[in-house]
Amino acid sequence: MTNNIPPPLLDVRNLSVRFDTPHGKVQAVNGVSWSIAAGATLGIIGESGSGKSVGLEAIMGLIQSPPGHVTGEVIFDGQNLLTMTQENRRALRGEKISMVFQDAVSALNPSLTIGYQISEVYRSRKRCSKEDASRKAVELMDRVRIPSAKTRLKQYPFEFSGGMCQRVMIATALAMDPQILIADEPTTALDVTVQRQIMALLADLQRDTGMALVLITHDLGVVAEVVEQALVMYAGKVVEQADVNTLFDRPAHPYTRSLIGSMPRIDNRGMRLKAIAGSPPAAGRTLPGCSFHPRCPDQFEICASQQPELSRVGTNHIASCHLNVVATDER
Amino acid sequence: MSQIVGNPTVEPAEPDDRAATTSFTDYLRALLRDKVTAVAALFLLILLVAAAGAEFLAPHDPNAANLRARFIPPLGTARDGTFYLFGTDELGRDVLSRLMHGATVSMSIGLLGAICSAIVGVSLGILAGFYRGKLEIVLMRAVDGMMALPSLLIALFILFVIGSGFANLIFIFTLLHWMIFARMARSLTLSYKEQTYVTAARAVGASDLRIILTHILPNMISPLLVLFTLEIAVLILSEASLSFLGFGVQPPRASWGLMIARGREYISSAWWLVVMPGAAIFLAALCLNLVAAWARAISDPVQRWRWLTKPSTEKDAT
Repeated sequence: MTNNIPPPLLDVRNLSVRFDTPHGKVQAVNGVSWSIAAGATLGIIGESGSGKSVGLEAIMGLIQSPPGHVTGEVIFDGQNLLTMTQENRRALRGEKISMVFQDAVSALNPSLTIGYQISEVYRSRKRCSKEDASRKAVELMDRVRIPSAKTRLKQYPFEFSGGMCQRVMIATALAMDPQILIADEPTTALDVTVQRQIMALLADLQRDTGMALVLITHDLGVVAEVVEQALVMYAGKVVEQADVNTLFDRPAHPYTRSLIGSMPRIDNRGMRLKAIAGSPPAAGRTLPGCSFHPRCPDQFEICASQQPELSRVGTNHIASCHLNVVATDER
Repeated sequence: MSQIVGNPTVEPAEPDDRAATTSFTDYLRALLRDKVTAVAALFLLILLVAAAGAEFLAPHDPNAANLRARFIPPLGTARDGTFYLFGTDELGRDVLSRLMHGATVSMSIGLLGAICSAIVGVSLGILAGFYRGKLEIVLMRAVDGMMALPSLLIALFILFVIGSGFANLIFIFTLLHWMIFARMARSLTLSYKEQTYVTAARAVGASDLRIILTHILPNMISPLLVLFTLEIAVLILSEASLSFLGFGVQPPRASWGLMIARGREYISSAWWLVVMPGAAIFLAALCLNLVAAWARAISDPVQRWRWLTKPSTEKDAT
């Protein structure tokens, strides 16, 4: 694979996020590493509470500390974001790295007009006049395909539908032509047809601008269609990473297999969906062995006592499961 | 990119027959439709004009005593033919003129006192709510402590030490009334701070100051405006009670509270000396309360729209 030749645009190394709560320490993200090259696309898959959103918020520097505690390295353009001054980091946000939030309706300020919020990046950086800012806002609204942008500029978020609000969010994130766009479950709060439109829009914009796209989702269908690389997270750890086709064709981790198995498919209608039994470990509880073992259909003795390491299972394909190690040993 | 999902058509535009901007006349028209609020606003307007222009508009000199025209009842005429709309007091001074000059005092103390306490309280409250930590603990315990003090007693004590006067009164009122603004601003900041739009603003690189000024403060305006209007009424009443007790505005200057204090002795023979300033205080406080509800409605974008278009939907229904 040619993936290793260009230096990664964003390199996350051993990122951990811990929250000190009154009920004890909660390890939300536990030593996650991944990287993304310029213009590439990466999907982060995982169920609720697997640490996918928290990890990205840590990269953006949106974790409040205290109670949050972020360790590891996040290298962007040769600089470690985690050791940068707050000022420099703030300058980077929105300009080089942008984020689109889950629930667009609540991510827009109800008392400010749409036009104001789209051009907020320009205004907060005092780069141009108010007229220029609102002209650029209209351009951005056209880019995210919001009809009659000029009239809608002066409207408030409550006058927009959910899908339109998400388009506004995307426009806001794109304002400075960022190099990386992080989309945190951008379609969760929307209905299915609008989900399609938003994903299509994101995919088109990614292709047109050549920015890198990190997409958090729990929708495997979305991952299959929009991204090249995919990362599966479980209980704050990466359990498998591969390119999308490999992940779907030859999933190496039982969790990934179960996820794919629990997805409704058009070619086996009428069959009962395979749900994953049990629930993920409660926040703050760390299991001695593999964190998935209580729910794992293929578990054996070692799983309960020893943590599996991420290991290569194929070209550009890593997974953390004792099964793979055993399999390679036997081979 | 593997393939393009879905069809990239846009969502259909919603029909938009509403004007994008709302002009001043729209507000005026909507205000006139709301009869009670319109009357209250009109009364406050008259009061403001009377207070601001008391010097020129008052029919008589508020301090000119005329012992031959004492205790003339409202709508009465003196022997020399002078007409007194609200009657005269024990020294033959025109009650209407004194009410108008008293309005200047009451309104300016109410407004300035509320503005000063709002500025102090809101800024401290936002700082406490936004930065938390030791600052919050110290400030909020100070608020708790000050709320526990009997405010009238403290006001009397301080005024006794520093002497009464207009500036001193404003100072006292700011000192005794900033806490409620601080509490409200802090609790609102705490809840707004956790909103996704604040995180989103951070994500586009907004500074703390910018987040406070453009994302937290504007959302607070609506509830704060209500508190502000109510606080004006409270301050007018406080000024009246301080002046009534003799520690507020000093004679011969007129103030509503002072007029009641003086008129109290003659309440059995000259009721209007108490009723007129009493009614002024009552109506001012009532109208401020009514206008507060309206101010809340128009400062909130969601409610503003409903309020502005309410009658047309009613017309449609009938």
